[in-house]
Amino acid sequence: MPQYLLSVWHDETYEVDFSSPDAQRRVGQVAAFNEELQRAGAWVFAGGLHPASSATVVRSGEGQVSMTDGPYAETKEQMGGFWVIEAPDLDAALELAGKAATASGEPIEVRPMQG
Amino acid sequence: MTDALEAVFRREAGRCTATLIRVLGDIDLAEDAVAEAFAIAAEQWPVRGIPPNPGGWITTTARNRAIDRLRRESSRADRHIAALRLHTHDMEPDPTPELEELDLLIDVFPDDQLRLMFLCCHPALAADSRVALTLRLLGGLETGEIARGFLVPEPTIAQRIVRAKRKLRDNRAAYRIPRAAELPDRLRAVLAVIYLIYTEGHTATSGPALTRIDLSTEAIRLGRVLATLMPDEPEVIGLVALMLLTEARRSARTDTDGSMIRLADQDRARWDRSLIDEGHGLVRACLRRNQPGPFQLQAAIAAVHNDAPTAEETDWSQIVALYDQLYAILPSPVVALNRAVAVAAIEGPSAGLDALDNIDVVEDYQPYHAARADLLMRAGRRDEAVEAYDRAIGLTANAAEQAFLTRHRRAAKGA
Repeated sequence: MPQYLLSVWHDETYEVDFSSPDAQRRVGQVAAFNEELQRAGAWVFAGGLHPASSATVVRSGEGQVSMTDGPYAETKEQMGGFWVIEAPDLDAALELAGKAATASGEPIEVRPMQG
Repeated sequence: MTDALEAVFRREAGRCTATLIRVLGDIDLAEDAVAEAFAIAAEQWPVRGIPPNPGGWITTTARNRAIDRLRRESSRADRHIAALRLHTHDMEPDPTPELEELDLLIDVFPDDQLRLMFLCCHPALAADSRVALTLRLLGGLETGEIARGFLVPEPTIAQRIVRAKRKLRDNRAAYRIPRAAELPDRLRAVLAVIYLIYTEGHTATSGPALTRIDLSTEAIRLGRVLATLMPDEPEVIGLVALMLLTEARRSARTDTDGSMIRLADQDRARWDRSLIDEGHGLVRACLRRNQPGPFQLQAAIAAVHNDAPTAEETDWSQIVALYDQLYAILPSPVVALNRAVAVAAIEGPSAGLDALDNIDVVEDYQPYHAARADLLMRAGRRDEAVEAYDRAIGLTANAAEQAFLTRHRRAAKGA
């Protein structure tokens, strides 16, 4: 069955602070959505990420490996987490993405996986 | 192409492509096969005559050609059969057909065209791409024809179509009719695309002539096809009625020199009575269902206009009432603008201007400034009218509209 990456996107002000009642509510909603995915057999994998500032980019070239501090993409937006789901087709994936957007309160990008 | 073949092509190309996409599970393969079948028809029909069921002949020939080709290129066949397995889970045919079994899948489902409409107008595609893909696959228009229709460079249209097809394929977009729960949203998207094609043909946003016959005609044809396939959807009927009632005024909309004539100044004897009668019949039929939607209400408004023997005899209070209803379900500045114009017709230009002032205007919306200019002129506020005409003229690239506005600006200037 086709797999899709559903990624969660935040603007630059995003901080991982789950203490506010609003964040706690969304954590609960996402947990419920995860259970729904598992019950439906659509779950493959999912995870939340630390902020983009925690990233390191590693490059290989001319026999050397080098590293730079910070994320690869120089954009304000950052990926905060993702799901990999299985869905029979795009419409089914989009429907689940709609639920993910409602649960997380953030925009969700849907991309088909190759293969 | 001969006229007879051209007529068959216009009528059947979309339908044949729709069926072949289902049978072959691949848009490009289906398009190539249908094009090949029409090429064969162009050779054979002038000699042997047009077959009794030209659409069936094209579909069968295209299917046979595609199967031949798949057999010749076996690696490709594997790939396409693999694609079929992925795409057919929601379709009537066997989800895992062998190549030989394709022979059994050729029955034409009238639903095929409907599937293709929903696919081309998929909300995951950008609006431009939906329009281009619909005209290409359902209208059988060449990339160049679409490009000319929209005055966009041909490579732009070609790229839009290629990208859209690739996106649908990579994302495994299903070839099916949306479920009841999804249908309202998905149908709205289809109606919006058809109406966009119609309005682009009706008032080209730029270019010399005010109307471009081909796009409007194609939009009406697509609307009629959709109405045949979904006879129980009042908004579909409403859209067809709206297009017919607008189309009825086509020959009265432009002067001999191509400049635009306002509804109020049109020679109503030049309106097409048969289109008006058909449109009226459809408006009555859909409103009777009592599920008014934006297209039905706009069609009803067009019908009230078309009903009036002269502009002065227009039933403006009914038009204001219909705009109120429309605004309740579609609270857009465009609707509010049209309502204000109707208010002005009943209560005078000052009342109309008051109504206009209450609109959260989209600054670049040309019709707003044109309507405001007209009302200011009628209220005797000439200087402000000239200013408003200048704004409006700067916001249109359509030569006929520009000529119209410039003429009125001169009158306002009193020079």
